[in-house]
Amino acid sequence: MTASTPALARRAGFSHDLVSVARRALRLSIRDKEAIIPGLMVPLFFLIVNIGSLQTFVEGNLPPGFDFKGFQLPVSLIFAVTGISRAGSLVIDIQDGYLDRLLLTPVNRATLLLGCMVADFAVVAVLAIPVLILGLAIGISFETGIVGMLVFIALAVSWGLAFTGFPYAIALKTGNPIAVNNAFLLFFPFAFLTTAYVPQEQMTGWLATAADYNPVTYLLAGMRSLILEGWNSSALGQAFLASAIVGAISFTLAFTALRGRVHQK
Amino acid sequence: MLNFEKTHRKTADSLGSMTPAITAQNLVRSFGDNVAVNGVNLSINKGEIYGFLGPNGAGKSTTVRMLTTLLNPTSGTASVAGFDVVNDTENVRLRIGVALQDAALDLKQTGREILDMQGRLYGLTAANRQQRIEHLLELVNIGSAIDDLVSTYSGGMKRRLDLAASLVHQPEVLFLDEPTTGLDPVSRAAVWAEVRKLNEDMGMTIFLTTQYLEEADELAHRVGIIAKGRIVAEGTPTDLKRSIGADVIIAKVSESDAVRAATALQSVSGLDHVEVKGESIVIGVTNGGAALSPIAVALSTAGITVNELTMRTPTLDDVFLETTGTRMQQEDAQ
Repeated sequence: MTASTPALARRAGFSHDLVSVARRALRLSIRDKEAIIPGLMVPLFFLIVNIGSLQTFVEGNLPPGFDFKGFQLPVSLIFAVTGISRAGSLVIDIQDGYLDRLLLTPVNRATLLLGCMVADFAVVAVLAIPVLILGLAIGISFETGIVGMLVFIALAVSWGLAFTGFPYAIALKTGNPIAVNNAFLLFFPFAFLTTAYVPQEQMTGWLATAADYNPVTYLLAGMRSLILEGWNSSALGQAFLASAIVGAISFTLAFTALRGRVHQK
Repeated sequence: MLNFEKTHRKTADSLGSMTPAITAQNLVRSFGDNVAVNGVNLSINKGEIYGFLGPNGAGKSTTVRMLTTLLNPTSGTASVAGFDVVNDTENVRLRIGVALQDAALDLKQTGREILDMQGRLYGLTAANRQQRIEHLLELVNIGSAIDDLVSTYSGGMKRRLDLAASLVHQPEVLFLDEPTTGLDPVSRAAVWAEVRKLNEDMGMTIFLTTQYLEEADELAHRVGIIAKGRIVAEGTPTDLKRSIGADVIIAKVSESDAVRAATALQSVSGLDHVEVKGESIVIGVTNGGAALSPIAVALSTAGITVNELTMRTPTLDDVFLETTGTRMQQEDAQ
């Protein structure tokens, strides 16, 4: 027997760990096309169908000049980017024991989640582009021009990222793929108790009250302002703030669940 | 509990080091009312292969999870490579490699990507990662399939890749949790050869859990036998088996005669111990050849019909029977 060979291991550091985990998550996102393509097809479908079925009716009941296509594009984009996450893959890592293999290394625990979110950020940004292109193709124009389009995508991406905390929290808390798949149901109140189909001033009763407290109302208002109004710093500020508040809540839940999962309990 | 302190010291001396690589003092882990590990004490020297032998549910994997920082003990302390497994987890993680009971792999990555990811998380440079992966390809022995998705691998290939993943960073201490469970004989022999090689060539300390008696017997310098969360015997395989006697004679009688047969055998001199197990009377003796006749005569004199009388050398299962009253593997009772 020879003397023990010196170990090669050392702590890689936060940024290296983040890059390593994100690289893997991005690679797997590219391989998981079947998880992304439906997420793209559904909003494109709804954009076409909603415009085809509701445009005449809504525009007919509103003052002349109301652009229903421009009004609907943000809704489709939000549908496209909401719920896109690696949470399902994280559950598989838990079930297959691969998360344990990662936890046996000195990897920074927070990067296990943040790395996935980096991949989510990239995927959501890529998903936003075809929806935007379709919008432009059907005649929607932006009052704020190309810069407005970039801000439009940034708002959608900020929301998509803010929402990912919920499926991650469910994945880490339950380790159950069905629970993660059902996380999209969380989006229903956000998506439908809001100004998805009619302007806020047309809403009445409890729905109007619910919409007042729904962050998606402010997100949609900010995004619509870029298409229909021009630069409106108040609307944009409220839109980013709405994403930030939802993100703060969902990330707190996700990182609390991560702590519970990796804690050696 | 059987303990062979003398043997332990001899083993440690022969390994050239007295520094413990793994220690545990009164390690306990409960899950609600279920006490999975109940006061385990360990002192495993650097460069030693320690076999942790026990049946399913004995507490082997829970002990491994505590020693590898995946699980906190309910009480007690443990250190690995000189670092506390609760308070100094990062230093422990840098020094250990672990292959858990089920191959912990990402099926959607290739073998090479998994090894590279491991290298990255252990802070290896690009050159080191490349070198280590090339080296480990010999162990994995799956040729060009290393660049295929793990989902296409056979069970044996996955286990070998899992073992390779645990070795990327050249750990000081390697934990193998039932590394050959479910493997075919050829793959099992390959894993055994690799374990020996790692220990002999690199001086790697290896903590190996197994439910296979022959695996512990073949590989381990020392064996700890665990049952119901407690270590019930510890020592070299040879000394553990010697504690039973040099030979084991098994007399098969009808179950109704078993107790009477054991009583009848009390008159035979030179028997180390007699155990009744169903219709089998298990007799430990120093000289089996000389004892066979007196045993047959004593049973015949007592009017007991002997259906079968066999002699063999003791196994670790006999040690398990001696210390727990039950067998790990029923077929070994035959």
